[in-house]
Amino acid sequence: MSQWVLKGIRTGIRTTRYPREPERAAGVTPGLPRGGDFGSDAPALVARCLTGALDQTQGTVSVDPRRCVHCYRCVRGIEHSLNWEPSYEWAGAGSSSSRELGQAFRRSIHILVVDAGDCGACLNEVKQLNNPYYNMHRLGFFITPTPRHADVLLVVGPVTDQTRFALQKVHEAMPTPKRVVAVGACALSGGVFANSFVCANGVADILPVDVAVPGNPPPPLAILHGLLVAVGRKPAQRLVPAEQQAAAAQP
Amino acid sequence: MVEEWRCSFAGLIVEEGASAWQLRYAFYGEGEASWVHLLVSAPLGEKVFPSVVEWIHAADWHEREAEDMFGVRFEGHPHLGDFVLHDDVWQEGVEPMRHGFNAQTAMHNRRPKVDWRPRRIVQEPGAFIMPIGPKFSGITESVHFLLETVGEDVIRSSTRLFYKWRAVEKLAEGETIEQGLLLAERFAATTAFAHGLAFCQSVESVCGLQVPPRARALRVFLAELERLRQHAGAIEEICESTALAVATSQAGLLEEELLRLSGALTGHRYLFGLLAAGGLLCDLPTEACSGTLERAQHILKRLNELEHRLSLSSSFLDRIEDVGVIAAQTAKDYSLVGPVARASGLSRDLRRVLPYSGYEAFNFDVPSEREGDGYARLRVLFAESRQSVRIMAQAVTALTGGGVCAAVQYRSGAALGWVEAPRGAAFHWVRLDEGGRIARYRIVTPSFTNWHSFHLAAEKFAFQDFPIILATFDLSVAESDR
Repeated sequence: MSQWVLKGIRTGIRTTRYPREPERAAGVTPGLPRGGDFGSDAPALVARCLTGALDQTQGTVSVDPRRCVHCYRCVRGIEHSLNWEPSYEWAGAGSSSSRELGQAFRRSIHILVVDAGDCGACLNEVKQLNNPYYNMHRLGFFITPTPRHADVLLVVGPVTDQTRFALQKVHEAMPTPKRVVAVGACALSGGVFANSFVCANGVADILPVDVAVPGNPPPPLAILHGLLVAVGRKPAQRLVPAEQQAAAAQP
Repeated sequence: MVEEWRCSFAGLIVEEGASAWQLRYAFYGEGEASWVHLLVSAPLGEKVFPSVVEWIHAADWHEREAEDMFGVRFEGHPHLGDFVLHDDVWQEGVEPMRHGFNAQTAMHNRRPKVDWRPRRIVQEPGAFIMPIGPKFSGITESVHFLLETVGEDVIRSSTRLFYKWRAVEKLAEGETIEQGLLLAERFAATTAFAHGLAFCQSVESVCGLQVPPRARALRVFLAELERLRQHAGAIEEICESTALAVATSQAGLLEEELLRLSGALTGHRYLFGLLAAGGLLCDLPTEACSGTLERAQHILKRLNELEHRLSLSSSFLDRIEDVGVIAAQTAKDYSLVGPVARASGLSRDLRRVLPYSGYEAFNFDVPSEREGDGYARLRVLFAESRQSVRIMAQAVTALTGGGVCAAVQYRSGAALGWVEAPRGAAFHWVRLDEGGRIARYRIVTPSFTNWHSFHLAAEKFAFQDFPIILATFDLSVAESDR
């Protein structure tokens, strides 16, 4: 057995310094497209998007990260492509107005992970948070198997009809105050499974969502950022461009 | 046929034509019997077919699925109903794969059987059913297990799948090939590239497309990179199930490094957005591929070291040896695929027996074991990882110049595409209509095939071995549920 102890010590510390410092290693994030002024190319760019994540008004392309599924059609096989940003701090506020967790939960929370029809990738990225590179325990984040101990409900997947009942029961069984973090494009908009007879268009159709983490799948750092937003240790990002929000608010 | 020609059952493809049903039983084998398709046709009014499960046990779940999806009945099948469509969510009479069923609108006015209860087989005094899931343990997929027990030992177990059913086959109908590819990549994204590749290959054979040599070599390179990463993930799961903390961390480091490697090379950690019908959406520089290969070789060295250490850990071996045994005959009867089949002596690999994407030109071994227990499956995973890196090295030298995508001209027709995905053989059947849209999409996944036999491995065992048996099978629920 001592061989494992020695091996562990010899491996040393590999953990990222995020959130204290940004992580700059290659391949930690798939990135997201960034909008901008593309003039006459804008309609062609928007037409290439397969999930309606892009929109344009008078040549200015805007991106709805909740719908982006990283198909790269707006950067690959096209001459005037969108810029692709290797960021990962994507988490924004959901539509819920439920009570915040408060000061007492800033340092340590227990998280219940529910798979509501996920393709496996989001779940695998959540799992990576336990590996030494991310080691979320150092930030006071723990996974719990029971709803009775959970402060945060982390949901992946578009919520299929056959997982909906279990999801609702789990949410009801959690003590208050509680937060719901929806992770991944499917959990935010239904993703490629949207508008179907067999699943909802994301978690918000079923439960109040407090924090939304875009990405298909969001890399571990984005999920970590989402959890930090949920406990109030990081500010939330704006998910929808200001002009779109204004347009939606108009009757 | 299964006995004489030593064929494996690939899958049952049901198609609803304009006036007739077509049931296609596909078999594959070695040598001359590479593909055998048995076709059964009947007018649409006919809704009862003879069941074949008596002779081909592997068709069991295919017939159950067809019964739920199309409302056709299989006479002589011992157990139909409550499979894909759960009786406690959907009423009888819903036939979602029929052409008349609208997939875009939510279904209201459901009349489910609220008093649904699982079947109880064990009738000993004191016997009870221990339910596990759909939400259980830490970070797990949604699936339900029923363990029938009289105490410590589990006598019999059964698995209830399809909680995560997203009706991918239905959603693809009427969509363009690009939309279909999005679904193919994203329904089981831990093996996204393999399934995307199977879909593309089936479209390419319908349209008669020739994939440029550079794209073929790159596809092989990426498919093996994905296999290496998926196997590292499976190895991590196995270490975690035995609570060997340092080994879990070591395997976790390797998996994350392979994810980052994929991300740095292609932009996406799960290789999304690379495939296109006719080749690849974008080219990858040769130097970047050889750099990736070097890193992969370094990671493999550490993976080998991990295997060596595990083989010296008696406490680990005690827990993984002789658990979840699948006999060689069972592997044949269930037409099992992938590392699970190869650990039970059924050494069949589509890259070898039915080569695609230029695999015939590569030198590699198909590792197999005889014991069929958890440790045999783990050894196969390690051995296959070594072969993957070996293939990647050959793929880099095979990278020639030239384009990576053929021009696509749509034709109508149907074809089967197949790949050896990391978890085993995957088959994608695509029918295109005159407008180049998908008329029928049928996916047979390795997890679906292997889940079928899982209850045999999880039979007459001590309860605490359950997570270990589950981990050594490396099954994906998403892949099975579609």
